[in-house]
Amino acid sequence: MPNKTFFWFFLPTGLAMILFIGLPIISTGIQSFYAQHDQVVKEVKKCDPFGCTVSIVVDQEKTSKIREEKPLGKFNGFGTYVDRNHLAIEEIGKFWDETNTFGEFVDQVTNLPFYKALIFTLTYCLFVTPNVLLLGFIIALSLNAVTRRIRGPLIFGTILPMIVTPLVGSLVLFWMIDAEGIIGANLQMLMDDPYLSLKSSKTLTWITIIIYGIWHHSPFAFVVFYAALQTVPQEPVEAAIIDGASRWQRVRHIVLPHIYPVVTFVALISLMDNFRVFEPIIGFSAEGSAQSLSWLIYDNLVNEEVILFGSAAATSMMTIVGIAILLAPVLIRTWKEFRTAR
Amino acid sequence: MEYGLDKRSNALKIFNTTFIIVWLLVACFPFIWTFWGSFKVRADFFSRADWWYAITAFNTLLETGGKFTTDAYSQAWTEGEFWKASRNTVIVTFFVVTISLFLGTLGAYALSRSTRNYAFWILIAALIFRAMPHITLVSGYLFPFFQLQIWGILPTTIVVLVAINQPFTLWLLYSFFKTVPKELDESALIDGCSYFQAFRHIIMPVMWPGVITAGLFSLMLAYNDFTVTALLLNQENHTMVPKIQSYLGTNQHEGNLMWAVSAVVSATAPLFMLVMFFQRQVISGLTAGAVKG
Repeated sequence: MPNKTFFWFFLPTGLAMILFIGLPIISTGIQSFYAQHDQVVKEVKKCDPFGCTVSIVVDQEKTSKIREEKPLGKFNGFGTYVDRNHLAIEEIGKFWDETNTFGEFVDQVTNLPFYKALIFTLTYCLFVTPNVLLLGFIIALSLNAVTRRIRGPLIFGTILPMIVTPLVGSLVLFWMIDAEGIIGANLQMLMDDPYLSLKSSKTLTWITIIIYGIWHHSPFAFVVFYAALQTVPQEPVEAAIIDGASRWQRVRHIVLPHIYPVVTFVALISLMDNFRVFEPIIGFSAEGSAQSLSWLIYDNLVNEEVILFGSAAATSMMTIVGIAILLAPVLIRTWKEFRTAR
Repeated sequence: MEYGLDKRSNALKIFNTTFIIVWLLVACFPFIWTFWGSFKVRADFFSRADWWYAITAFNTLLETGGKFTTDAYSQAWTEGEFWKASRNTVIVTFFVVTISLFLGTLGAYALSRSTRNYAFWILIAALIFRAMPHITLVSGYLFPFFQLQIWGILPTTIVVLVAINQPFTLWLLYSFFKTVPKELDESALIDGCSYFQAFRHIIMPVMWPGVITAGLFSLMLAYNDFTVTALLLNQENHTMVPKIQSYLGTNQHEGNLMWAVSAVVSATAPLFMLVMFFQRQVISGLTAGAVKG
């Protein structure tokens, strides 16, 4: 296809992506270097029959004027990146000096908002992704062994958790797991602990959200693996059976190598999706004990008083860096393949 | 996959069946339970005293005189203005799907028929764009949108959702276009068609399965979106998912939680029916990128 024709065909979608994905990333980058204005304060002298007092109040008029003049805020350089709510360089240095043991130091650092969120996000990725691969693969194997006639409805039932939006999916589970729901109430009875509830324990909240993540993402892995299983050639499988290979050996040495490219694809997609975990935290109302990077950004953006554009943007930029680190191995591999293909 | 040689032991068959039943229960029961509970009053579905009430409908019987009640639905749809939210969802979804497919088919066709290096790089760029968490993009939108005073209205959200959706649509349609033989449009070009005519009259008619799949995914993205719609729309223009969140609120007074339950069921039911109808396309779409590419 000639370059000119390509250009006109690609222009609409290219423009949409540049304007609404490319530019926003740049806009986020610029915003991250600015911080919202401080409130302008003034001294007010108040006199009553008992004497005069000087108090400091916020000058609303001046504050809103300066905000209108420079809506982006004041230039802050990398100030937002290193402040207490983000990388907290200063605080970490202080903790390093003050704490005696390494455990104590780690404890202090992981209480800082950004690190807390980072650790939750990574833990979530680390537990959900492999389990999604495993469960998806097992479901695919076992549905593949069922008579073809009844597979349709079984597949429909299997993919339900995936097609609902995460907020709805997590709400539906939350209503069952909560102390007043069917599972929560029964757990209380079983454990003989009337105060056992999701909100009361951080570990329990994390486990619940991770279980939710596995529940929500496994169907995707299942669907892809199931389709890949249909393409496994029959001859080597039959040869292996004749040679006396066990079922496990057949899976391990014939099926798995065949679908290996698909496994990396699913792992990559679910890693990317898990890294942006956010809606389940709202669905489970778990803000208290589990915060993710995306949730931090959301929290800044729905701030009641002033939207913290700078803070949200700084967290966003660091999230993008995180995504880049996750994607790097894949991109490098693709680049190498591309070069050898030429 | 029934191999003539492959004999399964009975133990394995039983294990397999049990596993599938357990998994299906895990996957589907929450939805069935929520559907059942949406016809009860709050005191039953969220019972402090005894979860068994949700089944016997003890309080529902007391409060409404029947075992099932549709109060939550009628209140959420009228008083809770869920009708407005669902109308907004229909508008957003319709336009996102139409525009996405229009832009996506043009772009993906060009990508699939180009032999240049830049086509490869565009696809890689699209993959990187696909990886961007939506909330980071939203944090880029908010400020300029406030300044341009286009925040809060439906058209802005529609354009944003179309753009966010493009990378995935491009990849999906690209892999579908790749399966259409090049000779088809080449012969049309020799006969004197322009590229656009070849695309319009020769390629599109054989592309319907791919277009339906891509359309379904655009639909699911627009219908299910929370991040963009919650932050880019004002209260008045909220679609269903942010509306459900607003029912949860901080001050959960009596009715509202049941509104959320009935709203969840109302929002999920059409989606389930759609997927049941188009199940084959959904699955072929999910696997297109993985298996072929």
